[in-house]
Amino acid sequence: MTAAAAPRVPESRLALMARTRWGRRLRAAIPPVAVFALVIVAWEASLTLLGVQQFLLPRPSVIVAALVAEQADLSRGAAYTATEALGGLFLGSLLGIGAAFATARWVTARESLLPVAIAANSIPIIALAPIANIWFGSDNPVSRMAIVAVMVFFPMMVNAVRGLVEVDPAALELMEANAASTWQVIAKVRIPNALPYVLTALKIATTLSVIGAVVGEYFGGPQYALGVYITSEAYVFRYMNAWAAILIASTMGIVFYLAVVGLERLALPWHASNRAASG
Amino acid sequence: MTDDARPVVEIAGATKVFGTGPTAVTALESIDLAIRAGEFVSLIGPSGCGKSTLLRLIGDLTPATAGSVRVNGKPADEARRGREYGIVFQAPVLFEWRTVDRNVELPLEISGHPRAERRARALEMLNLVELGDFARAYPWQLSGGMQQRVAIARALATDPELLLMDEPFGALDEMTRERMNNEVMAIWRRTKTTVVFVTHSIPEAVFLSTRVVVMSARPGRITKVIDVDLPQPRTFETREHPRYFDLVTAVREALRQRETDGSLVEGGRGGDVAARIRAEGYT
Repeated sequence: MTAAAAPRVPESRLALMARTRWGRRLRAAIPPVAVFALVIVAWEASLTLLGVQQFLLPRPSVIVAALVAEQADLSRGAAYTATEALGGLFLGSLLGIGAAFATARWVTARESLLPVAIAANSIPIIALAPIANIWFGSDNPVSRMAIVAVMVFFPMMVNAVRGLVEVDPAALELMEANAASTWQVIAKVRIPNALPYVLTALKIATTLSVIGAVVGEYFGGPQYALGVYITSEAYVFRYMNAWAAILIASTMGIVFYLAVVGLERLALPWHASNRAASG
Repeated sequence: MTDDARPVVEIAGATKVFGTGPTAVTALESIDLAIRAGEFVSLIGPSGCGKSTLLRLIGDLTPATAGSVRVNGKPADEARRGREYGIVFQAPVLFEWRTVDRNVELPLEISGHPRAERRARALEMLNLVELGDFARAYPWQLSGGMQQRVAIARALATDPELLLMDEPFGALDEMTRERMNNEVMAIWRRTKTTVVFVTHSIPEAVFLSTRVVVMSARPGRITKVIDVDLPQPRTFETREHPRYFDLVTAVREALRQRETDGSLVEGGRGGDVAARIRAEGYT
């Protein structure tokens, strides 16, 4: 809440910002896009010049060709893996937020559960993937959803608890002075306060969800699932196909992440992280 | 404005002790104070004298250990539950996720006023503090002084009979503070609200108040009550009024007297006690 220099006539300044916002965003996008293009060109050129073997690292043009040739299998696999990732993400977030509410509400729960959650946060949950296959069946997407859900659960819960609990004491006092009910304090102070924390956790969780789904599939799943596809294509030396699937999985992670960033812009127009974009 | 003799705040033998046993700290000892409708009363004293604690007793944000605190003729807790006062803290405490007008609406929202009424009232209050143009801005877009004016508008939104202000301008620079003081006077004249104002600035207390309550620390006590008979309305000229300087001197002397008394009796121990009170979050 730092005091910024106040605009004398805010409406006109806001209008001005709105007009140039897209222009500014476009300009901000130029450097990373240029770097990306440069990397691709350098990749393509250096492999050709140095004569690197295809199986070590295929050229981008070969990967794109594989992407086109295998598009039927790849799009089916992408849809399947995305369903697992999103299903697990939804389930894990829901449970994490639910647990956070319970933990924030009852002090004893907080004192006993939160240390456990923080410790569990550092467990490599992906190691449980083979076990999940035994529980749910390796051809069952629920097997991967469960892995993803457990991976997502802890960062979501830990962050949401912090957001619900780490409230400005003066804000609580203000609510008390106005004789606000417990529910009003939750709805008007704790939840809005927790929102940026939850969205931060969701950003971490999107990345985790794709990792969880793909790596989970390394231990089993239908042939077209991205993780299964990557391992089986690599096994028969069709590396460009494996790379095409890796490219899709990476894109999936980036798209999920950007979706949350977009959500953040919509839900938190006031937040410090969005001030650069709007003011 | 002081014709109405009806007491808004009545404090009788109020004592506040933090903690128990040998570590107990007496923040306030047998305070008696009555504030009538329309008065502007400042509480002034060194840190640790319990002036903020006294304000919090009136607002029922902390209970008195002994004695009685009544607001509008009711026990303080009943008055708080009846939302009978507005409060302004040292920090603006604006919700950063709400626009300025929605911050001002907050008390009305809590008490369940309909939306249209809230909107109209918030705008009216923002116009009162001359921030009508900033209704749709977010708090971070405002300067510190403007944020505190929003906090005042919020405190007045429910049209309370009593306004509690806890060092509201303590974090502002001297020039902004003087401008805010002029504004508070203008608001007070228009709303006819009874104000209890905690400050550690002597000129501020004299300029604003109809009465200045001087307090001393360890334990917190009222040592002197000085009537400020400066003419109303208080304006820029007030600060150049010869009587103004007399009163500033009178308050300063009342404060210094207690200070030397305290140091003679208590020596260096006082700092400790003040620190302990602060550690509990009440200064």
